[in-house]
Amino acid sequence: MLRYVVRRLLVAIPTLLVISLVVFAILDLAPGDPTSQLPLTIPLDIRENIRESLGFNDPFFVRWVNWVRLMFINEPIELFESFTNTCIGDCENRDRIISWQSRSPAMDTIYERLPQTMWVLGLGLLFGVMIAVPIGTIQAYRQYSWFDNFGTFVTMLGYSVPVFVIGPLFIWLFSVKLGWLPTFYKTTHDVQITSWSSIWFQFKQLAMPVGVLTLFNAATFGRFARAAVLENLNEGYVRTARSKGLSEGIVMTRHVVRNSLIPVITLLALSIPGIFGGAIITENIFRINGLGQLLLLSIGQNDIPMVQSLVFMFAVLTVFFNVIADVLYGFLDPRIRYD
Amino acid sequence: MTDDAEATNVSTPPVEFVGEVHDDLGEFRSLRGDVWRQFKRHKGAVLGVVLLTLITFGCMFGPILLPFDTKTPVVLNANRGPGWPHIWGTDNLGRDAFTRALLGGRISLAVGFVAMTVSILLGVLIGVVAGFFRSLDGILMRFTDLFLSLPLLPVLLVVIVLFRDPVQESLGEGLGIFVLMVLIIGGTSWMQTARIVRGEVLALKEQEFILASRSVGTRPMRIIGKHIVPNVMSPVIVSASLGIAIAILTESAVSFLGLGFPLNLPTWGRLLNEAKDRMSLNIWLVAGPGLLLSLTVMSVNFIGDGLRDALDPQNRSKG
Repeated sequence: MLRYVVRRLLVAIPTLLVISLVVFAILDLAPGDPTSQLPLTIPLDIRENIRESLGFNDPFFVRWVNWVRLMFINEPIELFESFTNTCIGDCENRDRIISWQSRSPAMDTIYERLPQTMWVLGLGLLFGVMIAVPIGTIQAYRQYSWFDNFGTFVTMLGYSVPVFVIGPLFIWLFSVKLGWLPTFYKTTHDVQITSWSSIWFQFKQLAMPVGVLTLFNAATFGRFARAAVLENLNEGYVRTARSKGLSEGIVMTRHVVRNSLIPVITLLALSIPGIFGGAIITENIFRINGLGQLLLLSIGQNDIPMVQSLVFMFAVLTVFFNVIADVLYGFLDPRIRYD
Repeated sequence: MTDDAEATNVSTPPVEFVGEVHDDLGEFRSLRGDVWRQFKRHKGAVLGVVLLTLITFGCMFGPILLPFDTKTPVVLNANRGPGWPHIWGTDNLGRDAFTRALLGGRISLAVGFVAMTVSILLGVLIGVVAGFFRSLDGILMRFTDLFLSLPLLPVLLVVIVLFRDPVQESLGEGLGIFVLMVLIIGGTSWMQTARIVRGEVLALKEQEFILASRSVGTRPMRIIGKHIVPNVMSPVIVSASLGIAIAILTESAVSFLGLGFPLNLPTWGRLLNEAKDRMSLNIWLVAGPGLLLSLTVMSVNFIGDGLRDALDPQNRSKG
């Protein structure tokens, strides 16, 4: 199993390199210029010197290799150092990717914003799957019953009403009309485990963004879980399991659901980029200052290094979740693990 | 199962069909008729067709027929709640919200259809080439995988912001952003179609009729045009219908984030973006475009489901 995980991680590196090339190439075509926001009184030759010192006049390929060096070598070392409190080599003057806007390392800002995104996204995904799998299973088990028909309808509804429609409607209902939940997310809120009111506040401000994402994910995965269970219920092994006297509960949980989870996880891996898209929109609606908000802000400010780092970060997260999905896949299906 | 009995017992002349008899078709059942018959059984799909037709015609002719002017602001009429004659109220400039929502639908639907066409053309092209020419298969599929693992919405946002100004300069404001949106949405949503088509082509390629066609000396291009493409149409039609939903949703998402269409060319997403800060004054500013958008997406999804059932021969023979 470990070998499988390591191999899967190694395969991810060339993918990330190609993605970094694509991201770098797209943004390199941008008309943005770090000197455009400097005062107009700076003479043109000094402006040119600044551009030269930032390496802006180098050929495309040189700049890309340089960027890859910073992103793939310097940044991981920096991250490792900050975790272990050590110093590897020249840790004082190491080159890092600097944001044009904040003049500080872009990745530091990203690490600050990452937890908010991961909390909302992860909880939405977790609850979504936790709701979808049991409901999809019951729907398939009682196909064409009123529960199934109702579930199919609700799923279709959840699948068709986009996050950016249901989000504002939720705010209108729960914040404006009922006044139960805060309108937007307060990132400065410091959760104290010892104080109930602090935890309760965190719960309340997470409720709407997580709820919106949960609904969407539950609809997507519920539809799929139902189809997967339906397909498996007609397989021969189910008849075998029943005829050897296993109880219905064991047949369903040990055999049918376990096998049905494989296509659901495939879908999970495939829909990760879409889930990030949903997270960007959710962050925008509920004013959560996560990665998505940072991306929109940096796009508006023409902060190319930040946008490059962020888009690349989204790609890293996508690939990372894909690896997790593949590992889960190997966990559920021994044929893949021992390949 | 009477059909089966008739088929095995040759001596019995196939005089009459058991079950539904269509007066116009008589004893002859065409493929198209069969598909239509199966499609009609899917209640959701029929509802979807009705709703989509209603919304499309409403958006096309509604703004012409309704007596409200959405060009001139009437400040005295601003921020009204729903009532008569403004059934969804008015916005902050006193314009009728219902008319605006229908106007928004025009662009949203147009982007949906055109972007879907771009995406399907790309998907079929890449899928057929990858499936038919073995030498190109590897690289095209790696290319597809790369696109599938790209974080699409961030890339989409970045590309739109970068290219909006130059394209708008050369094509004009409205047309420029339309072409850009359509190309970008189409260019980032062809992957599923390409994969499905490639799979179908790989299976088709091994069948006897292709071999026969090859052995009489038909050129590859003609085989693709005459035999391959018509035979992969079923899954393509299904993914086309689902592609409309994806395209409309993507356009709305981008416009909702304020990076798509400008204010003077409203789409459903743009209207939602505008209305979300004013919804405490009139919730229909959000609920209206949201309802039309959701209904459209739902109809299209239902139609896709119905088409999938109807175009699947196994499913059809059961009916």
